[in-house]
Amino acid sequence: MDTFLQQFINGLSLGAIYALIALGYTMVYGVLRLINFAHGDVYMLGAFAGYYLANSLNLDANPSILGAVLVTMGAMAICAGIGIVIERFAYRPVRHHSRLTSLITAIGVSLLLEYGGQVVFGATPRFFPQMISSRTYSLGGVQITNQSLMIIVVSIVMMFGLEFIVHRTRIGKAMRAVSYNLPVARLMGINTDMVIAFTFALGSALAAVAGVLVALSIPRIDPLMGLMTGLKAFVAAVLGGIGSIPGAMLGGMLIGLMETWISATSYSTYRDAMAFAVLILILLFRPAGILGTSVTEKV
Amino acid sequence: MRIRGVIFVFFASMAAMTVACERRSSGPQDTTGEILVGMYGSLTGDGASFGQSSVEGAQLAVEEVNNAGGVLGGRKIRLLVEDDQSRPEEASSAVTKLITQNKVVAVLGEVASRRTLAAAPVAQKYKIPLITPASTNERVTQVGDYIFRVCFIDPFQGEVLAKFAYNDLKARRVAVLKDIQQDYSVGLTDSIQKTFTGLGGKVFDPVSYSSGDADFRAILTQVRAQKPYAIFATGYYPEAAIIVRQARELGMSMPILGGDGWVGDALKNGREALKNTFISNHYSGQNPDPIVQNFRTAYRAKFNREPDSIAALGYDAAKVLADSITRAGTTEGPKVRDAIAAANVAGVTGQLRMNPSRDVVKPAVIEELQFADGDVKYVYRATINPN
Repeated sequence: MDTFLQQFINGLSLGAIYALIALGYTMVYGVLRLINFAHGDVYMLGAFAGYYLANSLNLDANPSILGAVLVTMGAMAICAGIGIVIERFAYRPVRHHSRLTSLITAIGVSLLLEYGGQVVFGATPRFFPQMISSRTYSLGGVQITNQSLMIIVVSIVMMFGLEFIVHRTRIGKAMRAVSYNLPVARLMGINTDMVIAFTFALGSALAAVAGVLVALSIPRIDPLMGLMTGLKAFVAAVLGGIGSIPGAMLGGMLIGLMETWISATSYSTYRDAMAFAVLILILLFRPAGILGTSVTEKV
Repeated sequence: MRIRGVIFVFFASMAAMTVACERRSSGPQDTTGEILVGMYGSLTGDGASFGQSSVEGAQLAVEEVNNAGGVLGGRKIRLLVEDDQSRPEEASSAVTKLITQNKVVAVLGEVASRRTLAAAPVAQKYKIPLITPASTNERVTQVGDYIFRVCFIDPFQGEVLAKFAYNDLKARRVAVLKDIQQDYSVGLTDSIQKTFTGLGGKVFDPVSYSSGDADFRAILTQVRAQKPYAIFATGYYPEAAIIVRQARELGMSMPILGGDGWVGDALKNGREALKNTFISNHYSGQNPDPIVQNFRTAYRAKFNREPDSIAALGYDAAKVLADSITRAGTTEGPKVRDAIAAANVAGVTGQLRMNPSRDVVKPAVIEELQFADGDVKYVYRATINPN
């Protein structure tokens, strides 16, 4: 029983990571119908931004929560900027071409960031500084670290925050309008370019939060870290219903739990394959995902 | 993902060709100038610490040989270093390049067995002697008669670890974590299982992971449920650092043991979790033997840090090669090969004498790890001789 509960907790903390990244996928898809394959790599850039900021503040030697918050905000700002630049120079010029063009551009941006990252940061994995002293809470044989707990809490807060922005604010209303019909939204006087740039900035900032939080909990970072994690988060978004914010959360948690469950059996090395098997099954039997419908509410 | 790989390899090979064209090479007929020795290693990527340490060790040895007058009547040795980015496919192309373009007379390198296994067939094909400093997998020297090593082999290392766990730690039930992508880890796991079961202990079914994994909580939780007295983590240092950390986070305080693959700078990220961990190693810096202490002093003076066992093996590999070229009296591959096979050199890591299977037989040490002042301290515990 202990083991089962512990694996459940392990699965949730892993799933929350996928959920955080899946939120960004889902939001950009919701507005632009674009699968932003570079999203996983923006997550990697977030982790590296956090790494350099934390080291410049020397947080490894004197951990502090205030410092960690500052680093996270810094990484968010940097990634939001990168998101805007990517949108402006890679996606906007091809926005009026076929959807396939954007998709291939996204893969190009992803490769650029991965291998550009290897040139700039080097291929050697870095170890993220411990900005917050690690503490383990124990409850009847089940252990959870403060970092894992933080990831779960932050991902839930982020989900509600996003829901709020999309459904309760002016900019959210504009995003939904762009999502329904871009030309008409423009005719109605909405600055669509600005709204799309905002969407990318928000999604990239979310990726940065994920990058910093994950690096705190699993301290190893390298320029290719976004590749597999990003793909699995994409599967999570599809599983939950791409375009749906609660769906991203649900999909992330499910993928995390499944992966942990596979790892716990003697088939542990098949766990990466599992996520993609799920993707194939979902696309075959329920392409709209669990929470998605054919007239899904778009972000 | 395969497409990404292909694209990357395409650009990487273009870049490699551009660089290669700029390099000047001296032919094998050259009998007066510098002697070119190739070295390939993982200077970047997952195994960066392995590559850097082994290359630094070899550089120190070459410098000492050159300062003492060189070899073959005053000819200097020049070490040409290639980075394989910790990738097996790059390892074999690095060795191909060193042999066919740079025309090196011998090759030193790789630490990770998987990469040596990828590159050794190239050296064998061109009949260029290759000495690996630290690849301990049994199959490495079975590639051919031009492949040598200056370290002990995994069947022995596994035996040492299993015996230490059984006799000194009094463990009876143990769990093993293995990296299925690494020949080294798989071979070491087999040997630990065999010896430990032979002693009368119980080994639970090994749990597998892959190089590059960063979340071991699920498999560790499974191991925890078996209540082992000790755990073997037979992979390399980047994963070992995270495994010990996550094990301690899950409340697992039992001893964790590893092989020489744990020796790498990133191991220090295991921090306080490294308490109660033990490794088998090739040499101990605490050995008072003057040859060890002179090496430490020279290494610290040149590189400003404490040498690890991989650096010591890199040093020994280069020393064996220089000595063999001197005894061969030529740089021709077959003659140098014969001279290496007959080598008997006093090295930093012990007496280096090749046996008929081109391996050296020498003792291993067990070290206990500690974390202090932001770094790993290796505390000598025992020396175990081969029987």
